[in-house]
Amino acid sequence: MGSVLEIRNLHVSVEDKPILRGVNLTIKQGEVHALMGPNGSGKSTLANVMLGHPAYQVTGGQVIFEGQDLLEMEADERSRAGLFLAFQYPVAIPGVTLANFLRQAINSRMKAADPNSKGISIPEFRRMLKSKMDFLQMDHSFAGRYLNDGFSGGEKKRAEILQMAVLQARIAILDETDSGLDIDALRIVAEGVNKLRGPEMGILVITHYQRILNYIKPEFVHVMFEGQIVESGGADLALHLEENGYDWVREKHA
Amino acid sequence: MVVRQRRRSNTPTTPSYTIEDVKALSAARGEPQWLRESRLAAWEVYEDLPMPSLSDEDWRRTDYRHIRWEEADKLVTPNGATLDTVPVNRREPLIGEQQGGLLVFVDGKIVHYEIAQELVDAGIIFTDLSTACREHEELVRYNLMTKAVLPGEGKFAALHAAMWTHGAFLYVPANTVAELPLHVVMYNTHPGASLGHMLVIVEENAQATMLVDYASSDAQDHSAYIGATELLVGDAANLRYVALQDWNRETFEFSHQRARVGRDANLDWIVGNMGGRLVKAYLEIELDGKGSNGRMSGFFFADGEQLFDLDTQQVHNAPLTVSDLLFKGAAKDTARTVWQGMIKSLPNMQKIDGYQASRNLLLSEDARMDGIPGLEIEADDVKCSHAATFGTLEEEPVFYLMSRGIERPTAELMVIDGFFDELLQRIPFERVRERLQAAMETKIVGSAN
Repeated sequence: MGSVLEIRNLHVSVEDKPILRGVNLTIKQGEVHALMGPNGSGKSTLANVMLGHPAYQVTGGQVIFEGQDLLEMEADERSRAGLFLAFQYPVAIPGVTLANFLRQAINSRMKAADPNSKGISIPEFRRMLKSKMDFLQMDHSFAGRYLNDGFSGGEKKRAEILQMAVLQARIAILDETDSGLDIDALRIVAEGVNKLRGPEMGILVITHYQRILNYIKPEFVHVMFEGQIVESGGADLALHLEENGYDWVREKHA
Repeated sequence: MVVRQRRRSNTPTTPSYTIEDVKALSAARGEPQWLRESRLAAWEVYEDLPMPSLSDEDWRRTDYRHIRWEEADKLVTPNGATLDTVPVNRREPLIGEQQGGLLVFVDGKIVHYEIAQELVDAGIIFTDLSTACREHEELVRYNLMTKAVLPGEGKFAALHAAMWTHGAFLYVPANTVAELPLHVVMYNTHPGASLGHMLVIVEENAQATMLVDYASSDAQDHSAYIGATELLVGDAANLRYVALQDWNRETFEFSHQRARVGRDANLDWIVGNMGGRLVKAYLEIELDGKGSNGRMSGFFFADGEQLFDLDTQQVHNAPLTVSDLLFKGAAKDTARTVWQGMIKSLPNMQKIDGYQASRNLLLSEDARMDGIPGLEIEADDVKCSHAATFGTLEEEPVFYLMSRGIERPTAELMVIDGFFDELLQRIPFERVRERLQAAMETKIVGSAN
């Protein structure tokens, strides 16, 4: 049985302003979904609320992951359960190196699974990290840099995908991972995602533009508008949006 | 268990010493005439000075009137405690694998003394200050509280000059390198007063590294540490000096610490404040020689009811001098911290470069941190800047780490650790960094009381 992320009639507010107004979406391990929509439609809110960002208040609905009520779980528990979010704007944490952070993240998983675990050995960790970095064409010196501190836009996004690779997510949400990337950086990031893609991973690609979907081909495409998913279809829906923009969505659903 | 009666209303506000105590102290140590006279002269200065109070600018934020002098002014005397009473981690070498010398005081008495033969052969003197006063008068007499810390600069400096109880002396002759670090431990096993002194003389073109560890075992009665540190760094000399303070939570420290740095010389001074109930420390670098370089890195972390008041000065007395100060601290519970820093220059000291930064992390709404930078520059061709920043533990980075599976306490620890990293990176000694990190983590995880 693969993992399933099931969002049922989810309502979310930010500072008492309703943003999501009844979202329904089911993502299974092994599937690739794209969530598109105009700016301000609630796409990033959905991404952040999946990990329990404290700025968002869930006012109604349910999210079930691995048979558990996701909304009752802390962010760290959600992550350890296999949920991953590649942030649109990853926060810089000065003084914490990427390597130390990733090792801690792995050790937290190992300790949660087995309280007697001593965690990953340093040589094993280094080998693993190097191979994952090579696979994302990242310079090894990245490991010693402070997390996202002074990273370029492309570097930040690559570092997010590196984390996705290291933490072996079962369901990964990519929140506008393409925004601000030049074509080369986009290709590298997308290739990284494609290598991770497989029956073990379900992916939700959140994007405003169709471009990234040329590289990461979705099986399902959804359109969000004013806090609801208003259209769902196959890959051709993304192409339709690319050609016709979002105006028809507005006209149809406003 | 004895239940103490606390008399708050008529707590004396000054120690009860008299000139007879000075004479007795000097006599008990069999001191030479010059030292006895210098103590008595300092006593007169002490008697003429008022106790510092909240109306003094540099004491405005530090009220120490709750000190119970009737407990804190009793001189700590040795009661048979030995080296074994000093926790092992306090006497371990923190710098390098080997130590060039180790001098351990317990309750003011030397319980352990060693120095590498190669240092002795090189003419390096590393001994306790009383012995140095007797055996090396020519070196001590004209340097002890005559150049760096002067008795007249404050009530506690004068009291220290009159009543200092023990101390360490390091002398590195010209053109000599003390390859191995020297380590001094001052440890008290019971409460009361101790007045410790550090006198370090590194002559022209000489080099040394020294580490001082201050600590005491827990006690209910109040203690006072009235200390002085004097670092005399000769022309083209190089001194790395690390002082870590971890007194028990009923200790009041009043200390004056000053370095004088000669032409083209380098001083790298690292201070760590973790313990004590109230700490008022003056930490000052006088850049006396052209081209001299002074760097100070300060770590502090106050919790519970601690109050740290750290008063720093970078004084540019010569052209082409460079000073670089970074103090990073945190406060939790109801702790208070004060950092007041000043960069000064004499008139017409051109091409000086002074920098100071104080970075503060508030970990509780009830804690308070003050950072007061200052510049008094009387020259125009200078590069001086200062900054003081204050922040709290932000939720965004903690959430980010948690979103990768890291539990909240660990995530918070990592962010706080990260805050201090900039400072720790300035400390070239791995085990000193580890000591500070461990102290910090204990404070973050541990509850206040």
